[in-house]
Amino acid sequence: MAEAGAVSAGTADLIEMRRIEKHFPGVHALRDARFDLRRGEVHALMGENGAGKSTLMKVLTGVNQPDSGEILIEGGPASLPNPRAAQALGIGIIHQELHLMSHLSAAQNIFIGREPRRLFGWFTDEARANAEAAALFRRMKVDIDPKTEVGHMTVARQQLVEIAKALSFNSKALIMDEPTSALNETEVEHLFAIIEDLKRQGVGIVYITHKMDEVKRIADRITVMRDGQTIETLPAAGTPISKIISLMVGRELADAARPEGRADGEEALRVEGLNRGPMVRDVSFTVRKGEILGFAGLMGAGRTEVARAIFGADRKESGDIYVHGRKRRIDSPADAVRHGVAYLSEDRKRFGLVTPMSVGDNMTMASWPRFALARVLMRDAALRRTSKEYVNLLKVKTPSVDQETRLLSGGNQQKVVIAKWLLRDCDILFFDEPTRGIDVGAKAEIYKLLQGLAEQGKAIVVISSELPEVLRLSHRIVVMCEGRITGELDGPTATQEAIMTLATQRAAAANRLEAQ
Amino acid sequence: MTNTVLEQVAPSRSGLFTIAALQKAVAFVALIALIAFFGVSAPNFLTGINLVGILQATAVSGVLGVASTFVIISGGIDLSVGTLMTFCAVMCGVVLTNWGMPMAVGVVAALAFGALAGAVSGLIIAKLKVPPFIATLGMMLLLKGLALVIAQDKPIYFNDTPNFSLISNDSLIGYVLPNFAIPNGVLILFLAAIAGSIVLNKTLLGRYIFALGSNEEAARLSGVNTDFWKVVTYALSGSVCGIAGLIIASRLNSAQPALGQGYELEAIAAVVIGGTSLSGGRGTMLGTIIGAFIMSVLTNGLRIMGVAQEWQIVVTGVIIIVAVYVDMLLRRQS
Repeated sequence: MAEAGAVSAGTADLIEMRRIEKHFPGVHALRDARFDLRRGEVHALMGENGAGKSTLMKVLTGVNQPDSGEILIEGGPASLPNPRAAQALGIGIIHQELHLMSHLSAAQNIFIGREPRRLFGWFTDEARANAEAAALFRRMKVDIDPKTEVGHMTVARQQLVEIAKALSFNSKALIMDEPTSALNETEVEHLFAIIEDLKRQGVGIVYITHKMDEVKRIADRITVMRDGQTIETLPAAGTPISKIISLMVGRELADAARPEGRADGEEALRVEGLNRGPMVRDVSFTVRKGEILGFAGLMGAGRTEVARAIFGADRKESGDIYVHGRKRRIDSPADAVRHGVAYLSEDRKRFGLVTPMSVGDNMTMASWPRFALARVLMRDAALRRTSKEYVNLLKVKTPSVDQETRLLSGGNQQKVVIAKWLLRDCDILFFDEPTRGIDVGAKAEIYKLLQGLAEQGKAIVVISSELPEVLRLSHRIVVMCEGRITGELDGPTATQEAIMTLATQRAAAANRLEAQ
Repeated sequence: MTNTVLEQVAPSRSGLFTIAALQKAVAFVALIALIAFFGVSAPNFLTGINLVGILQATAVSGVLGVASTFVIISGGIDLSVGTLMTFCAVMCGVVLTNWGMPMAVGVVAALAFGALAGAVSGLIIAKLKVPPFIATLGMMLLLKGLALVIAQDKPIYFNDTPNFSLISNDSLIGYVLPNFAIPNGVLILFLAAIAGSIVLNKTLLGRYIFALGSNEEAARLSGVNTDFWKVVTYALSGSVCGIAGLIIASRLNSAQPALGQGYELEAIAAVVIGGTSLSGGRGTMLGTIIGAFIMSVLTNGLRIMGVAQEWQIVVTGVIIIVAVYVDMLLRRQS
């Protein structure tokens, strides 16, 4: 690694983080991470999901403690044992999900826990709180009544309240995590104007985003992280987007195994014009028997929402679903399962398994009526026998089919969920992040399992935020960004760069990017 | 002795076995300790008449506990079991006394009206998404009012159906074992518990009850029609309340429309003392029966020892809190 951080050495007058190391159980989350921030600049922090951006910012805001490394604030060494200490040192953060109490007013939210008091501290001084909040809003040049209940405001205005709250701590540095993800174009423009204003007042801003066009517009410098490391810090001006993307994905493909050729089986599932809320806009695609279709995109691109809407877990606004060529109405998971469509959630413990129940009960859960005599008396012997077959077939490591599923490892839990759908004869399977929370060795096994299922003629959709995983498995790759499909790629020849370009391509920005 | 019978019928719910076994043992040991304590300190406690009295006093609250166990394991709660019981008794009285139908029809009517009212609660909860606590609180008052309206504020006596009082007071066991003449009400309690245990552990419905209580969303995403099974669960609970209605009406030889409120709390107490989790997904019928007996042994023993009734109530309250606390401690350790 080149001494990239040296580009800015000595000029960072606000924050400097050096050689930050952080381990979580089983994960080396930050390795030699570095970052710095100057007064009055917007410094974009970029990287794929899991690159270490959030962890690094958690270290800076005192949420996580680094194993080693140095943090300098305004030139002096700082210790950040807790979020309160970071706040006191003038570091504020605006989270992607806002943390406001919707039944309280803007002023009450801003001063929560440190309300101005009067009459021996027995009463809060609402008038002073309102006046101080109004002053903050004036400084931001926004027109918000401090007495308005936050729950009655738009998300954009709620975000402004969060910013005012951060400023009320005299923040010199403001971290914004994907601040535009819930804003429309006008609101984005307004936010950018406020950011420019804060810059002029000398506030340094860390801007976390995936959106290339925003970075080009407002960032002064860009730092790219990957696998917990700081890869490079560059000036925003003059750096082409393609360079940023290649820095973000620069990881080598582990063993370059790629699917061979394309699947040419019959069409198993066709989705036309699917809509549901802002995260599923006009989504159409097909998947064939024997095919693994990859769904790539950044977190929050709407892939899970698409799968849940098709599966009937969430209500659709519009759209047609054809299963094996026939139009089907799917209003509930029960409908989907009846037509052989299954969805395997990334959150297995919440949505996939009834963890206090046994392996056998979970494997057969979607098929219990089949194991009940006259739909009344359970035939437990048959249930156990069948479960045992699937334990052997999928090589589930469990002492017995009576074991509680919560005691199994992630990989084996995933196999139990897979068994549930195979036992129910589902032949169109949506896998949402199939290897999340599964250790490296078990991952390869799950991949083999998925490929084996495809070879048997199942139609498989793999939603994954890990590009190597998508590339390794998919015959075809569909890429989503902000609720829309932005492109389709041929699996064997697709590159990480091509996927990343589509995944960060906002519909509105697409033309502008091409023009550059 | 009766407990060993139940133990065989209530087999290990697979992985739940170890924890559940421990809890059953704890509640059972507590019950034995209570009996031993009162046996030593209250001279008239361990007499045949008194023990039969305890058994009989447990019949109604025990059967309501069985009803509540289904609902609580499924992740719900039913505050209407007490007044639902009364409603069923009143409907039985209407059918037998006012309409002069044969006794079998009255028995069926009690069970059917119970199932119907339970299904209504279930529908309100599953389809209108009203929280179970609120839905059944409403049903509790609704059924109480209906019972009073239908019975016109007066008890309905079963004078035209002389055999009706035999339901609870006769002793079938007594014909076989003359020295062991336990009233039928108690027999019904044990039969209901055994049947309930079979439903929970051996049937499709039972499997769904556990799945609903453990993780309803995962069950729904497995293609289970969770709404339907919820309604069935409440309907089953309701018909068991109908059984309790028959026992109490038969014992009093009348349907008392003002009775019933308060029983739901006794039933819920029996369920939680028996180690069933109020958050659902875990529990046994055997535990509920032991819980019901702990409550009635306590009340009876304290009374025999001459403890004032006011203090009996205080002690019962303390016992409920201690029992659930010990239960939580044990679970944390396992």
